[in-house]
Amino acid sequence: MCAFPGVENPGDSIMAAKPKLYYFDGRGRMEPIRWLLAAAGVEFEEEFLETSKDLEKLRNDGSLMFQQVPMVEIDGMKLVQCRAILNYIAAKYNLYGKDIKERALIDMYVEGVADLNEMYLFWSISPPNEQAAKMTQMKDKIANRYLPAFEKVLKSHGQDYLVGNRLSRADIHLVELLYLVEELDPSLLANFPLLKALKARISNLPTVKKFLQPGSPRKPPMDEKCLAKVKEIFQLK
Amino acid sequence: MAGKPRLHYFNARGRMESIRWLLAAAGVEFEEKLIQTPEDLEKLKNDGSLMFQQVPMVEIDGMKMVQSRAILNYIAAKYNLYGKDIKERALIDMYIEGVADLIEMIMYLPMTPRDEKDAKITQIKDRTINRYLPAFEKVLKSHGQDYLVGNKLSRADIHLVELLYYVEEVDPSLLANFPLLKDLKTRISNLPTVKKFLQPGSARKPLLDEKAIEEARKVFKF
Repeated sequence: MCAFPGVENPGDSIMAAKPKLYYFDGRGRMEPIRWLLAAAGVEFEEEFLETSKDLEKLRNDGSLMFQQVPMVEIDGMKLVQCRAILNYIAAKYNLYGKDIKERALIDMYVEGVADLNEMYLFWSISPPNEQAAKMTQMKDKIANRYLPAFEKVLKSHGQDYLVGNRLSRADIHLVELLYLVEELDPSLLANFPLLKALKARISNLPTVKKFLQPGSPRKPPMDEKCLAKVKEIFQLK
Repeated sequence: MAGKPRLHYFNARGRMESIRWLLAAAGVEFEEKLIQTPEDLEKLKNDGSLMFQQVPMVEIDGMKMVQSRAILNYIAAKYNLYGKDIKERALIDMYIEGVADLIEMIMYLPMTPRDEKDAKITQIKDRTINRYLPAFEKVLKSHGQDYLVGNKLSRADIHLVELLYYVEEVDPSLLANFPLLKDLKTRISNLPTVKKFLQPGSARKPLLDEKAIEEARKVFKF
């Protein structure tokens, strides 16, 4: 039997069940994981938390190392912490660069994207009277900090992908972000031709194209109903 | 021969301290260029040295790296402190992200508005003894080995022990019921590189008191 690096028992990878995602039926911190699995062509299952009792059950099961979701059952592990989950998927499906220097660039870019995602997450659960100010701040950072930084990377090498002239998780996470930016305000993308081209290119990859179609696991923006559910599940004020 | 890594940050722990710990534990000597005035920070921004206009920034192996996780991942991989395969890395990542969540809470306590501070301290203590420390004690108990992952020193041990020192600063009694964690703390502290880093005069930064933080906030307007 040939040895797959990083897989203890090759039989596991051939016969392994689909990854199973545990989260609520919404984007939150699970959405980048859905995007990455989908882009890698990996089919997965989802179990949705509907109430705080569902979260209690998972906690009492001992399934959640830090009592938190996201949790993903994958290759015999119950992984929590979205970066741990994303790093594993990226490495397993060769979307993490060819060496540690490429990984350094990928990580740097991916963490910038994550910062913006975090801002969006906190905006979506903040009190309505604070949201306008937070949105202004976010749009400013999008237009003046983040999009220019990524446009500059693409301009610097003129290649089709952010790192190593090859598809990596950096492209997937960034394009996911660009869709979010477009939802917030399409005009924000106006002055970033290379980013727009990247978005089009990545969206046309067969796996991504499939994920972008209706009926895929991709989740819509949070609405009032979903927000109420999230507050109940996590006992937020 | 590459020069020593060069760290750009304020004279504070903040988001650079974990990087100092990891480099030190790996036995890597480094330089620090401390940002002491707003002009220092402006200069870095205008130089184009900061991809997202933020520090930490570390000059290492010809790169100007920003984003503390990117920097830490690179150092860990370069110095073989990141496990032997992707499954070990998954465990390491899971553990260190938990550590990072608690360090974040502790590190940003001084920035909490005064009227919210007591509630925040209560929350930190509760999370420490009911969520985080039990999780790590359980890992050590499950395999009975000297290190968290793969029976070998990894970044997970370094980051966790750093956290345990912060927990001790908040309240030493928090560690009382976690014998395996206390042993890990002792064991890691006795490694020659870590022992050296724990001594006075090393690059390790002290806890800033409220006064020092107020000063910094005025100077850097945050």
